[in-house]
Amino acid sequence: MQAVFKRTAGLLNIPTHYCPGCTHGILHRLIAEAMCELDILHRTIGVSSVGCTYNNYEYFACDMVQAAHGRAPAVATGIKRVHPSKSVFTYQGDGDLAAIGTAEIIHAAARGEKISVFFANNAIYGMTSGQMAPTTLIGQVTTTSPFGRDPDAQGHPINVSEMMATLPGAVYVERVSLHDYRHIIQAKKAVRKAFRVQEAGLGFSLVEVLSTCPTNWGMDPPKSMDWVAEVMIQQYPLGLFRDPKLEESK
Amino acid sequence: MPMPRVKFNQDLCKGCGLCVSVCPQRLIQVQKRRLNDKGLHPVYVEQVDRCTGCGMCATICPDLAIEVWR
Ligand SMILES: Cc1ncc(C[n+]2csc(CCOP(=O)(O)OP(=O)(O)O)c2C)c(N)n1
Ligand code: SF4
Repeated sequence: MQAVFKRTAGLLNIPTHYCPGCTHGILHRLIAEAMCELDILHRTIGVSSVGCTYNNYEYFACDMVQAAHGRAPAVATGIKRVHPSKSVFTYQGDGDLAAIGTAEIIHAAARGEKISVFFANNAIYGMTSGQMAPTTLIGQVTTTSPFGRDPDAQGHPINVSEMMATLPGAVYVERVSLHDYRHIIQAKKAVRKAFRVQEAGLGFSLVEVLSTCPTNWGMDPPKSMDWVAEVMIQQYPLGLFRDPKLEESK
Repeated sequence: MPMPRVKFNQDLCKGCGLCVSVCPQRLIQVQKRRLNDKGLHPVYVEQVDRCTGCGMCATICPDLAIEVWR
């Protein structure tokens, strides 16, 4: 008998503190599996950000550093420049990356830092209990947009991948989703590719991953997945925004 | 051919129901009358012999609570 699916060595054997059905757990697993499959776990350094995943340094089996809110790309820049032989990634939410950390992410990409950014976009501030994020959809109800986000008062959502793709230093930019089996398999490929682009020394890579926050969206987990598929994807279409054309070796 | 096997770690399971929603055979259920160490309702598989070992439940599980063999 062969294992079709077994626990990856890229995650430590510790239960996560995430809410039931939160897709952060799925993205952690994809990153962990990719590190193992590419055999880079022993020389990868991850940077945790601020948000519900602030302490994912407890979960990943690679070395980890925790950065102040929004500053993960700056911390990753320092690590990568001092240790160019390591693989360096950041794990950031949309509150972290697209609000307080907007300057850091744009300039890291503009400089073409050879790091990989995994950007979990759940269109809300999860950890602080559901305030509006820059990525919140028009009309979406949050604790700070109780009547739905109104562009007149609260502005428009930021499409991070499209924006990043205007920067020549960002050589690989793709938006994926975790809302069903097929898309999770697709997302895994993107995560692997981000690491491979970095390993090949090509430049900055960013994978935006449409994620859920069932707790603060006020939906059960399967309904949250449907909401991503039916509503969120319309604002954030999936696709490859910058493609460095790696030769298909691994 | 040996029968596929699926194993749920009851204490890692948070009863989120994502596996329930993706199982093509509709074999998984949340155990409403049982609580695990976390105080949550874990899932269980009825009619294990109908499991095809496709691995869809394990792929969507955010908590690595499922292992599958075939
Ligand atoms: C300097 C600073 N400002 C504000 C906060 C409060 N804070 C903690 S998490 C967070 C937003 C996190 O949202 P996101 O990045 O979307 O992650 P999620 O929790 O949704 O995974 C904020 C504003 C903080 N910790 N530090
Ligand atoms: S609050 Fe939202 S983002 Fe945070 S762990 Fe819970 S479901 Fe996930």
